[in-house]
Amino acid sequence: MDTFANKLSTSFRQSRGFYGALLLLIVIYAFYNILHPRGFSSAVLVQNANETVAIAFLAMAQTVPVLLGGLDLSVGAVMTLTSCIASELVSGSPVEILFGMFVTLLSGTAFGLMNGLIVVYGRLQPIIVTLATGAIAIGLALFVRPRPGGDIDGDLNWAVTNSLWDFVDTYQLFDPDATWFAPFAWIPVPLIMMFAIAILVWLPFRKSVTGRTVYAIGSAEGAAYMSGLPINRAKIAAFALAGFFASCGGLYLAIQTSSGNADVMQAGAYTLNSIAAVVLGGTSLLGGVGGAVASLVGACILRVISFYFRIVSIDPLLQPLIEGIVLLAAVSLGALRTLRVKNRLDLFR
Amino acid sequence: MNNLFSSIRPENKPIVIASFFIIAILLIGTGYTLSTQGTAPLLSPNYLLQQLQTGSFLGIVAAGMMMVILLGHIDLSVPWTLTAAAMMAASVGGEMALPTGIAVGLAVGLVNGLGVAYLRIPSMIFTLGVDSVLRGLMVAHTGGFAPQDQATPLMRYLAADRLLGVPVAIYVWAFVSICIAVTLTRTSFGRSIYATGNREGAAYLSGIRTRLVIIGAFMMSGVCASIAGVLLAGYSAKAYQGMGLPYLLPAIAAVVLGGTRILGGQGRYIGTLVGVVLIVLLNSVLSIMQMPEAGRQIIYGSVIVGMLLVYGRGSKVTS
Repeated sequence: MDTFANKLSTSFRQSRGFYGALLLLIVIYAFYNILHPRGFSSAVLVQNANETVAIAFLAMAQTVPVLLGGLDLSVGAVMTLTSCIASELVSGSPVEILFGMFVTLLSGTAFGLMNGLIVVYGRLQPIIVTLATGAIAIGLALFVRPRPGGDIDGDLNWAVTNSLWDFVDTYQLFDPDATWFAPFAWIPVPLIMMFAIAILVWLPFRKSVTGRTVYAIGSAEGAAYMSGLPINRAKIAAFALAGFFASCGGLYLAIQTSSGNADVMQAGAYTLNSIAAVVLGGTSLLGGVGGAVASLVGACILRVISFYFRIVSIDPLLQPLIEGIVLLAAVSLGALRTLRVKNRLDLFR
Repeated sequence: MNNLFSSIRPENKPIVIASFFIIAILLIGTGYTLSTQGTAPLLSPNYLLQQLQTGSFLGIVAAGMMMVILLGHIDLSVPWTLTAAAMMAASVGGEMALPTGIAVGLAVGLVNGLGVAYLRIPSMIFTLGVDSVLRGLMVAHTGGFAPQDQATPLMRYLAADRLLGVPVAIYVWAFVSICIAVTLTRTSFGRSIYATGNREGAAYLSGIRTRLVIIGAFMMSGVCASIAGVLLAGYSAKAYQGMGLPYLLPAIAAVVLGGTRILGGQGRYIGTLVGVVLIVLLNSVLSIMQMPEAGRQIIYGSVIVGMLLVYGRGSKVTS
């Protein structure tokens, strides 16, 4: 018991930003549901979850390179590319659908791998490499899908964008009205997928030597090298993982909208929002501190803020302004750090 | 050849290679037009001047961006600084159009600089926030529609007219370039930018007021973006939503292709000029070849990565 309390307090001290963000999310989402006329219902949660998944995946994707002290400006473009690929492939028989999903995720991961290889063996700065490969990804997306559109299996679309009850009902897995199932039936499928991937992919990665090395590189690359850690492997894996998360986002976006659209503006907006979500979650842009789960929370905060506009009557013309001010204010909270600094030289990187 | 190459100083190497690349692009483009149409429009001075006229907007944005990148920071608020300056200039109109536009740029630069220098928020995220606030302000200002205000005659003259056969926009670009180049090489402010970009702690300890340097650089970037915005509004006769977005990433690419280190502290202005010309010519050759948008994006990205692989490689971490 004592050790658990110790662990908790250590974890709290180490990731103050994350717990702060989590608290903020709980407070603003609870408040949102109180204000909402149909708050605390499955329908509201399902809709909110659907709108959050894509940006949450991208925030997780962005986290891994940021932990290295780098940045991936191609996540939005990779998401666009993979959603275009998915809009071509995810239809037909169940086997074809599964194959299409596999190819989609594989292509995103391969693109991330390419980023990693260029960064490591080309010895270039990640930010400028991914800026260029992002253009390549958009170009490929335009090749795959010159015009918006696509064909996604209708059942799949319905099943994964609704609650667990609808999922079971669509695929006739068992009787969805069974009594034992009732306590879970309301949970939105997108929420489950989001957390499942975070837990099944991110947590094992974080615990592995490669994952630890990512953190070490972000803190001090030279020290990581001198300790004999596999630096190259960690960097390549980090970018490949970013590609994988981005392709999860792309796959979901394609299934959700039943189409693909090679939209440059959308890709750019998603990339920039993913950086904002990472910072809101408490991950340091200098690297070494934070995690994908924290960014997931950050992405949720970003989305919940925009949900408020639906229930609070604000002039729609002022919405972008308020969104911007909230974002700016949220990131300015990072300035509190400067008050704690004892030596002025610590302010400089 | 090898001997010749190694005698070039390392900071000039990117500039030399990029210049060779410009010549290669011109040759490939000319070869293409000669074989398909039997003419060589790429080499006609008139065509080149026209390309440089549209390139001058990018050139001015890149000049400002370079100041910020030399500090190891980045200015992502350029798209809406540019748009806001253009919209405010057009809506104020008359004599005060130009000063208003530039004042918008100065104000945005000041806010950016204060946030980065005093609040110590990473520039990547702070300027992004400022960008979305500006977008919000402009949506509120215009009501979400394309503004109806027309550019003033002076703005149109600066952007679209010709003086002695050369587009006026190129004179403006040249003027901005000279200002930036002189600032960087001949003033203590310029040297402070390099020092701060190399190691801010050391610069601070040697008596440079690094916060003011950061604010100054961001203000210059804001002013450059606003000049580009005012010119662009003059060129297309009015301001419109999203006019700034196509300039952000090419500006960063031009600065980096010109040999400026993205982590700051190193780079020459002439390199940025070469980088801008390279990107402008690459775009125009691709459009002469009637390359579809998909192919353009792929070639554009590959060229940037390819060129950086030739000369932008960092050193290996060994300690």
